[in-house]
Amino acid sequence: MAPTITPPEIDRRRPPGDIRENDNGSGRRPPTDKRTGGNGEGDNWNDRPQGRRGPRERLSQVRVGVFFGLFAVLMFFIAIVSAFFVTKSNGHFDAYSRYINDWLPTAIPSILWLNTAVLIVSSASAELARRSMFQEQDVMDEWLGLGRPTSRRATLWLSITLALGIVFLSGQVVAWKQLAAQQRYRGNPSSHFFYLITYAHAAHLLIGVGALVAALVGLHRSRRMLTRQILVDATVWYWHAMGVLWLLLFALLEFGQ
Amino acid sequence: MRVMHHRAVGLGYIAISVVAVLLGTVLSLLMRLHLSWPAWKLPLHGLILPEEYLALVTMHGTIMLFFVLTVAPQSGFGNLILPAQIGSRKMAFPRLNAASMYLTAVALAVLVAAFFVPQGAPISGWTAYPPLSASPLAGPGQGDGMDVWLAAIVMFAVASTASGINTLTTIVKLRAEGMTWERLPLTVWGWFTAALLSVLAFSVLMAAIVMLLCDRHLHTGFFLPAQDLINGVMLGHTGDSSPLLWLHLFWFFGHPEVYIAILPGMGLTSMVLANFARRKVFAYRLMIATTLLIGFLGILVWGHHMFVAGLNPFAGSAFAISTMAIALPASAKVLSWLATVWRSRPQLTTPMLFALGFVSLFVAGGLTGPILAQPILDEYLHNTFFVVAHFHLIMAMAGIFGLCCATYYWFPLIFRRQLSEPLGKVHFGLTIFGAYSTFLPMHLTGLAGEPRQYAQLNGIAGPGTALLQTTTPLQLHITFSALFLACAQLPFLYNVLRTALLPPTAVENPWNATTMEWAPNALEETSPEPLMAYRGPCQYSDDAATFIAQWQPDEASTPHLE
Repeated sequence: MAPTITPPEIDRRRPPGDIRENDNGSGRRPPTDKRTGGNGEGDNWNDRPQGRRGPRERLSQVRVGVFFGLFAVLMFFIAIVSAFFVTKSNGHFDAYSRYINDWLPTAIPSILWLNTAVLIVSSASAELARRSMFQEQDVMDEWLGLGRPTSRRATLWLSITLALGIVFLSGQVVAWKQLAAQQRYRGNPSSHFFYLITYAHAAHLLIGVGALVAALVGLHRSRRMLTRQILVDATVWYWHAMGVLWLLLFALLEFGQ
Repeated sequence: MRVMHHRAVGLGYIAISVVAVLLGTVLSLLMRLHLSWPAWKLPLHGLILPEEYLALVTMHGTIMLFFVLTVAPQSGFGNLILPAQIGSRKMAFPRLNAASMYLTAVALAVLVAAFFVPQGAPISGWTAYPPLSASPLAGPGQGDGMDVWLAAIVMFAVASTASGINTLTTIVKLRAEGMTWERLPLTVWGWFTAALLSVLAFSVLMAAIVMLLCDRHLHTGFFLPAQDLINGVMLGHTGDSSPLLWLHLFWFFGHPEVYIAILPGMGLTSMVLANFARRKVFAYRLMIATTLLIGFLGILVWGHHMFVAGLNPFAGSAFAISTMAIALPASAKVLSWLATVWRSRPQLTTPMLFALGFVSLFVAGGLTGPILAQPILDEYLHNTFFVVAHFHLIMAMAGIFGLCCATYYWFPLIFRRQLSEPLGKVHFGLTIFGAYSTFLPMHLTGLAGEPRQYAQLNGIAGPGTALLQTTTPLQLHITFSALFLACAQLPFLYNVLRTALLPPTAVENPWNATTMEWAPNALEETSPEPLMAYRGPCQYSDDAATFIAQWQPDEASTPHLE
């Protein structure tokens, strides 16, 4: 059999009362299996079968799903960005055998710097919302029925994120209008790519806005702590990813033309 | 909740594929009939015009590759079997799963609707190369038909990506206790790799389609050269790019796509051969590695579809090398299949026969791979029937054999009824004969220089006539074989209908299989008893008489209790 670095759960767990006395010359093992992490007898979630180890399991499942989804989004933008570079270096020979490269680097509207700053701040407030969902003290209070401190705080921070997200999108609309007003780049491939990249990002961010709205509704409607945590957690990770993606795309548009 | 259960979703996907395969087969037969008898009139329609022939080519390819070879093995059987095989009772995201299935069904409906829009379905093949796919000027079907086609593909891509995310999360997070990565059956590894490829590839296709739609409707020039003329009319677009860019993006998706279609079949073949040879899969860990390696190399070879499209010859050499490198893991797989059954006493049941058929077709179709991988040979062969023969044997026929194997193998598990073995063997015999009889001669006509995607091959004046006259008898043979191959599915149809009417039998594990889906309570939707895996699959005693399944508790580890 192939060597496994961590023994699978099934090999680690022993039937009750089975104290192994593997005396290998370095003294006896303590009678308990330290790897399970302690807690009272029978109260250890790690001893339960997979799928029944508490809320954390569902949360990490959703996180994995979001991760794979973000991978797909990343591939979408990788495809567009590679097309950007190919087109940038593309040219043709005209009737006089001159090499023609039409690419005219677009001077992008400076409002994008402001938008970028807004998006960074929105990510920070989203992170505060996400962290507030996992504050141990508050979660415990809420579990005991002493109000809904986590949701209250998260609602505040998420609303700020939502507002900043809408500000960012409005800023993008302003940028599109500003660029359209400049006739200079009209019909140039570089401006096509500017619009394609910013529109595609805005569409993805709009999904994030929808998720924020869903999370805010969920914070008020949902009774289960776990559902609320998952909603906020998944939304915020998506939001962060769209923020990082924007930083890369912005750097490309500003410096990579 | 019932419709969201993964088995209902899986059966939904299979139903989509059944509709698609019937449609795709009819389209292919129409193509064959037209090629052999160009003057033949389709009842209620009349003569098949050249553009209609090209629409048939496009729709046959799209329907078969997307809605049969991708949907059935990956999403269909993936949903039906995968959770039970890893010891889970559900998929990770049941709602998303059901939504993907419905979206796939809508995508098929939209795709078929392309036949009924003004001027009919698109004529630019399933690859939709610009500039001809970028303008309605390029011909009938390139207007509304093309838009409808693109919309259907976008929906399909979204659904497949979501389904891939679901499959990956399920495998990563929902494996039962004891189901380590090394104990996963090779089918699961096939689904896993194919799902990774779906997530990776379909988004690239979507990006390409978004850009193509911009070219079509917003007068951009992402894929169009400056001042391009189509049918004497100058396109009103700005910008200066190259259709090659579309080819790069499309084939970056397209090549992984064919591996999505075949990887689950490869995994199933390994497991079924081992099961009926009562042997361990030869070099199990190497088979896991080759599955992943085929997936990985599959992303690096897209350029071999572009050798004659104006690709830089140096890039062509690089792609030729990476393409021929795929022969290594692929040969390792074939050797493992052979070594697994070598000098065993295989029980030649119907699933086993189809798995052996898969091996045979994989070898027969694969041997032409290294030939086509060489730019200099591909230059001659690329636009001939040789390529048609190659991909129909290795992808289409091998894929279909994988699906037949899966159907015969898992039918008793899902419906508690066993398909008739004698009828199954008849089905197998007729199908493998029909498959070879249809597609082997295409190599010869291709070598003779017969072009593919031409609406008419005989009865035309000109210098080509003499050449094509030599291949006409073979063309006729191919047409009759194709009809035979289609009719060879009738015993299968009869078998399924007949078995559906039988009362359920109580045999729980008729094939003496060792993988988790055959555990007594594996298919129950809710059960207090969690499933556990105690060992890897394929554990048989040396004399092949007994076996110990993955779900059976280990006798050796419990005696510590006293």
